[in-house]
Formats: sequence, structure tokens, C-alpha cells
Amino acid sequence: MTVGYYPGCTLKTKAKNLEETAIACLEALGLQAIELPRWNCCGAVFSLADDDLIHHVAPVRDLIRAHDEGHDKVITLCSMCYNTLARANLLVRNDEEKRKTLNLFMDEETDYAGEVEVQHYLDFLRTELGWDKLKAAVKKPLDGLRVGAYYGCTLLRPDDVAIEPPETPQMFNDFLAALGAEAVPFNEATACCSSYQILGNEKAALEASATVLRGAANAKIEALAMSCPVCEYNLGRRAGDVRAAHEGVGEVPTFYFTQLLALALDLPVDTLGLGQNEPEAAALLQSKNLVAAVPA
Amino acid sequence: MSTNPGVEPLTSQKIPIFIMGKKYLVPDSLTIMKAMEYAGYKYVRGAGCRGGICGACGTVYRKPGDYRIHVGLACQTLVEKDMYLTQIPFYPAMRATFNWNDIAPTGEEVAQLYPELFRCVACNACTKICPMDVEVMDYIAAVKRGDIKAAMKMSFDCIQCGLCASRCMGELPQYHIAQLVRRMYGGKLADETPHLEEMVAKIADGYYQEKIDELKSMDPDALKKLYSERQQEPHQGGEYWEADSKEGL
Repeated sequence: MTVGYYPGCTLKTKAKNLEETAIACLEALGLQAIELPRWNCCGAVFSLADDDLIHHVAPVRDLIRAHDEGHDKVITLCSMCYNTLARANLLVRNDEEKRKTLNLFMDEETDYAGEVEVQHYLDFLRTELGWDKLKAAVKKPLDGLRVGAYYGCTLLRPDDVAIEPPETPQMFNDFLAALGAEAVPFNEATACCSSYQILGNEKAALEASATVLRGAANAKIEALAMSCPVCEYNLGRRAGDVRAAHEGVGEVPTFYFTQLLALALDLPVDTLGLGQNEPEAAALLQSKNLVAAVPA
Repeated sequence: MSTNPGVEPLTSQKIPIFIMGKKYLVPDSLTIMKAMEYAGYKYVRGAGCRGGICGACGTVYRKPGDYRIHVGLACQTLVEKDMYLTQIPFYPAMRATFNWNDIAPTGEEVAQLYPELFRCVACNACTKICPMDVEVMDYIAAVKRGDIKAAMKMSFDCIQCGLCASRCMGELPQYHIAQLVRRMYGGKLADETPHLEEMVAKIADGYYQEKIDELKSMDPDALKKLYSERQQEPHQGGEYWEADSKEGL
């Protein structure tokens, strides 16, 4: 069995720190996933309109590429890519009529019936390694760091592609605990960051982001871990705007979960890609003596 | 008769083809372009280089019993019995204007200049119609993820015929986007070439002046003789071929 890796566009530019840490960690943990040699944008959002098959062509084509490479499984890091690919895969698997139309349209590609399994990196770590082995591999436990596992929406909704039961998610907390961090549950862990609303409805978007950050601060969370570049944008890069618009929103630096993994595996500090995070992120790790000087 | 094994001999039999819906009998040894001239069409524009490189004679055709659109350059593609064709010498697509000094060689910059980039739904119609077998959809995907170098490489064989744009449901001007990324790469990302600048300075300094003056003062017949008797690289010269004299280089 071979495992393919679908990166997603944002991971090659604005979220390099998500991809590069994830790849480095796979190697450190002795796991293998091969980047697809050809891939296109997944479509970013799964189209919910009926008979809008053209917007499912992009994710299905990526799955065909994974299948053609001989992979039984394709893993992703970005929550949005995961959601879009997983749902498109289910559509092809379960809807015979739509499967036929999609295959007929992509007549230059191999026919596809949903043979490949789409899995998120976090779940891949759980099934391939397990939390006990991960804990044993940790070289620098994140002792005393209170981390909130921020799921956001797309890892848990809708429930047919949720990485675990959406009402009682536990995996992300178990992952953080294996890293030696104090995993702090909070009510807003599965609330929406505001997603793409930031483009059209800034007021409502900042309010939604403020709710998450306030909830995290109330739970005395020092760092938020996440796997979605859109969440990171709304809660990390725009945190200054959120604080300016809403009083009483504390500073809660955001990290990609793979950055914390790389830190706990004691990978060199320059592989952490902290230069792409807000400056508060590196400052927090320094104050906790988890990193020395952070390269710019 | 051809003596090459595996190559069908040309018979110069007349076969029917359909140009814009009208039937013509043309010799089967002709290219589409020559067949159109044989049928009486006169090229005022749209003939281009006749050498398969300028992109002016993109032609689409269909064949009986086949739903697919076929494509070829009229100057390079042989006629086939019962083909149904039209030439599309030009397809309108707007080119973004920009100040070269102000643009960064990034995917974001391309998206600013061509926001329709993100209307691509990966339908792949562009790749399927490309007469140069360029993976058009893949280079557009590369631009979307900011990989200018990959897009430059993948689009390198583009001859700007515009057929990709004619088929695009997202209405992208792919060939202009491809030209932009190649310019970005060549002008802002590729390694500097100091030897080129040195040579240009040397030439500006009069390195070839004496020889140019000599040529300019020559008798036209002597000049023609000099030109026609120059040593030329043989057609199958190979990469190790070198001229006998490197005078003037």
C-alpha cells in the first residue's frame, strides 16, 4: 500500500509553514507519503448546488491522479482541501448517475469510482502510528504549554466526512497530549472562524473570530493549534484587526498543529517556519523556553 | 513512393474534405493549408509562417463517428478523408497592462492582473485542444499555487494560437497568462547572465564595427557569394558540431 500526499495551493505559498513542518515530521517519524506529481486546485469549497457537477471535476481529477499513481490512500493537511476531496470522493462512490457523468466528461482520464481513501494528516498519524508511539517519539515535550485544539468547521462537518464524531471530538486533544502539551478543551473549538465571510461581511467576520479568540483566552489557552490556512488567516494574521474591533480579546498566538509537532520532535528551529506566523507566536515559545532565538 | 518502412506512401488520390461545411475534393498528400489553397481559398492573413511555429493557423476539425474535437496547425497537418474543418486564425483575449518595474514574479501578482485565473474549474478543455500538446490546465494550476517556474516550463512550447482561450468555460486568456509568467521568470527569477552583459558592452564598444564596415562596403555580388558559401550547420549536426572557424565570436 502506498500513500499519496495532496498539498493544496495555499501550502505552497502562504502556508508553507504548514507543509514544510508536516513533511519534515513524516520523515522524522518514519512515515511515507508521496506528493502527487500532478495536481490542481481542489476547488477549495465543496459545491452544494444540485447538478453543479462541473465544480466537482477539480477534486475528482485529483483523486484520479492519486489512483493512477497506485495509491490506496491520499492524505491532506489543509482542512478545506480535506473536506472538498473527501466529499467529492463520497459523491463519486455513492451516486452512480453523477459518477457516470463525471467519468464521461473526463474521457481523457481513467474511470474512477472512489477507490482511494481520503484521510487527514492528523487521522493518518493516529492510524499509522498511534498516540503512544508518537509520545515515545517526542524529544522535547511541550511541558506547561496550554494549547487549545481548534478544529474549526471542516474537519468535523458534515458528519459523513468528519475525522471523528463531531459532537465529541477527542483526537486533536489526544495529539496535543502526546506532544506533552496541556490540551485545554474550550467551547469554541468547533465554532466557525468566519471563513470567507471576511471578504464580504467584515463586521460579522470579525465578530465570529472574536468569539473564538475570547473563548480561548477565557479558558486560559496560551496557543491555538489548527490545520486550516483560512482559520489561521482569520484568527492569526487578522488577530490585530479582531482586537481593534472588539474589546477584551486577548492575545492567543496561532500555530499549525504540525509546527507544534516539529517542535516536540525537536526538529531544527529553522524548519518550524515561524517567520510566517504572527510575531507573538515565536515570542510565546521563547518565553516558555521551547525555542532559543528564532531566525527571521 | 515512400521507401521509409512504416510510412504510408502518398498516393495523391483525391479525397473529400469539408471546409466550413462545403465539400471539396483535394489530393490526400496536402496539408490542410495547401488543400484550402487548392480549393480556391486565398490567404490574406492567417497563413503565418507556414513552418509550424507562429500559431496563426490553428484549425479545428471533426471526423465521422467521433464526437471529439480534433486540432492541428493547418500548415502542418495532412488532410484526412471526410474531415470537417475550419481554421481559427485568431481568438480574442485581452492582455493585461502593467508596469514591468512594479510587478513581482508571484502567483498573487498574476492573480491581480488576471483575476479570472480562479475561474478555472480544471475541466481540461484547454489541454485537449492545444495543437502543441502543452499541458495548459496544469500550468494554470501551477500559477494558482504560485509556482512561476513550473508554469514557465510547462508553457514553453506555447505558440499563442489562442485555441485554449476559445474553449475555456472560465473565459481565461491562458496564453497571455503563460506569456506573462515566462516574462516574469526570464526577467526577474532566472539566474543573471553576466557574460551576456559583458558581450553586449563589448559590441556596443565597437567589437564588430570593423567587420560591419567591411561588409557594408562590399560589392553586392561578392556579399551574396560570401553569404551563400558560408559554412552551415548540417541538419543532423548534433550538439557537438562546431564551425571550422570561430572568427568573430
